[in-house]
Amino acid sequence: MQTTRDFSHYVKDLGAGLNHIDLAVEGVSCAACMSKIERGLSTLPDVTLARVNLTDRRVALEWKQGTLDPARFIDRLAELGYKAYPFETESAEAREAEQSRFLLRCLGVAAFATMNVMMLSIPVWSGNVSDMLPEQRDFFHWLSALIGLPAAAYAGQPFFRSAYRALRTGNVNMDVPISIGVTLALGMSVVETINHAEHAYFDAAIMLLTFLLVGRVLDQNMRRKTRAVAGNLAALKAESATKFIGPDEISQVPVAAIRAGDIVLLRPGERCAVDGTVIDGRSEIDQSLITGETLYVPAEQGTPVYAGSLNISGTLRVKVSAAAEGTLLSEISRLLDNALQARSRYMRLADRASRLYAPVVHATALLTVIGWVLLGASWHDAIVTGVAVLIITCPCALGLAIPTVQTVASGAMFSSGVLLNAGDAIERLAEADRVIFDKTGTLTLPELEVVNAADIPADVFALAGQLALSSHHPLAAAVAEAAGATSPLRGAIEEPGQGVRARVGDIELRLGRPSFCGAEKLATPEANLDPEASVVAFRRGEETYLFSVRQALRPDARAVLDGLKARGIAVEILSGDREPAVAAAAAALGVAEWRAGVTPAEKIARIEDLKGRGAKVMMVGDGMNDAPSLAAAYVSMSPISAAHLSQATADLVFLGRPLAPVLAAIDYARKALYLMRQNLWLAVGYNVLAVPLAISGLVTPLIAAAAMSGSSILVMLNALRARSVAVRRS
Amino acid sequence: MEVLVFLVPLALALGLAGLFAFLWSLKNGQYEDLDGAAWRAISDDD
Repeated sequence: MQTTRDFSHYVKDLGAGLNHIDLAVEGVSCAACMSKIERGLSTLPDVTLARVNLTDRRVALEWKQGTLDPARFIDRLAELGYKAYPFETESAEAREAEQSRFLLRCLGVAAFATMNVMMLSIPVWSGNVSDMLPEQRDFFHWLSALIGLPAAAYAGQPFFRSAYRALRTGNVNMDVPISIGVTLALGMSVVETINHAEHAYFDAAIMLLTFLLVGRVLDQNMRRKTRAVAGNLAALKAESATKFIGPDEISQVPVAAIRAGDIVLLRPGERCAVDGTVIDGRSEIDQSLITGETLYVPAEQGTPVYAGSLNISGTLRVKVSAAAEGTLLSEISRLLDNALQARSRYMRLADRASRLYAPVVHATALLTVIGWVLLGASWHDAIVTGVAVLIITCPCALGLAIPTVQTVASGAMFSSGVLLNAGDAIERLAEADRVIFDKTGTLTLPELEVVNAADIPADVFALAGQLALSSHHPLAAAVAEAAGATSPLRGAIEEPGQGVRARVGDIELRLGRPSFCGAEKLATPEANLDPEASVVAFRRGEETYLFSVRQALRPDARAVLDGLKARGIAVEILSGDREPAVAAAAAALGVAEWRAGVTPAEKIARIEDLKGRGAKVMMVGDGMNDAPSLAAAYVSMSPISAAHLSQATADLVFLGRPLAPVLAAIDYARKALYLMRQNLWLAVGYNVLAVPLAISGLVTPLIAAAAMSGSSILVMLNALRARSVAVRRS
Repeated sequence: MEVLVFLVPLALALGLAGLFAFLWSLKNGQYEDLDGAAWRAISDDD
């Protein structure tokens, strides 16, 4: 059977005989990589464009339609030393990119208008105290209106829309007072200009929009960058499946191109990328990513398999029931729906603040108007003073207080290996007081490791590693990986379900089941010693050895758990795995609270129980069985190796082998929440100082502009402190 | 003060020119790869 790689799913036809493909590339970090890749790809015949995007770590390629196979690009990049895989822009990412361009356009317009209105306002301010003619002042005010009104109508769209959406559903968010403030300030300024008055507030209104848009743009860029990285990581997993395109003809196609009803081939050592049913073949499968159970499950005709299962011993033919992220265990799907509904009840800090803030501000403005009228002022003067109160209290600093901190904190988290999925995750993470860990794949590494490597002579280990290269079995792959073997032995024969054998000189080598190697006697005590480990036997002539292979704990798991306890956070393990395996891990990590053999429903019940007692639970898990509890928890986190569904459900995703990002994320989040609160108080404090001036009618446009920019800059500078957290020594 | 007659339109025209330059560069994809652009400026070839 001949295998071909088919990337036609990713190729876009640009017309005029040109094709386009986007590749995600790993390891592009500097200018040298950039020109190396661009030159390396441009030398291929028919390539018309090869351009690296260093920010997103991607390459865009265009070539003339014809003989060139896109797989050639991947090979060429591999020759240059870069791992690459075609990339398909998700609709969510495309929307973010469009939104980010729109916000930048708004910011450009608002910034232009601010500068020009300011240029006209400063002569008016200085003219008011010297000798400006009223006609000249009116002329400048009209010019300001000419620039300011259309600019505000365009650049204010993000706020007006969001305020309208909130009001329609009966809510108040920060954009409601912003929209009201800006609209009233502009409206009043037009009326004042018509009446030849001394003061107009076009500059304050448009400057407010500019500052707020800076906050929005920062926020949007942070989310866009996270999404780009997450998209690349997903693409570089290079999930593909071997699909039958004829009775005996197979092709390696990306998972995105698989449809329900297709038949795929699952070889030993391959991870299944689709949900389906076995129609032919017999094997054992490892479903630990789905259930948390580390014991292998037998698979034969009619057995359902889920995306993420690892095929161990035999070759299977699987009929696809749903591709990639389609269906899953119906129970998990039902639990997940319930949990997700419950989650949307969380109200962000910014919204909570504005819910308190908006009524107070509007009431103050109204009272100001009424107060002045009662004191005998004219309606006109009273309303002007009331609007001045609204302008001075318009939450400029308040609108920047939270996004600036979030941007800085998420940048810092990003560099310590944590990606944010949800915008409000930082606030919730900071409040977590109990962390529940899943064991398999979360506290342990997703890959298998040889745990007794130290007991085995180095030459034997190396030889076993070379022999293991000839087997597809995951246990053999773990031995080969641990031995660092690179050159397979010649003439090695794999016996399906048993092991591999080879002959070096006149010595026979065997690697596989203990019975295959004649090592049953050795196997019994070893297996009892370590209940979690799988055993691989190796025989060289008459000598026999046993390799104990298992998922090892993450290297720094103990230190991280101790660090959590030192911060006053309770730690607990809930695992779907067998009791002996969980007990051993809990003992090694010094965790007193643990439960084994827990079903997804029981995990949720435990979380609900803790919630009922007032605990803020953070769930860290990777398996598909964890997805509902990830959604049910107050805040959740997944390793990047997690099942699709869990990763999509989790609020945060961490990269790499160590568990340390979990701790770092909590530290950054706590610091960030502290700074967000501090920023809110700074913004409110400034209002407390400025509002009495506004109420007494002493605020001129000059004071409003100075106060607004001063408080905004203060809040932004304070946000920069979220970049670093104090290092704790334990 | 007659100087205002051409100074004000001139200032506005300069501002608008800046705005259109910004919108053009945005549309043209100049902000798609800020990190890469920084390096491209100092690379020797092309």
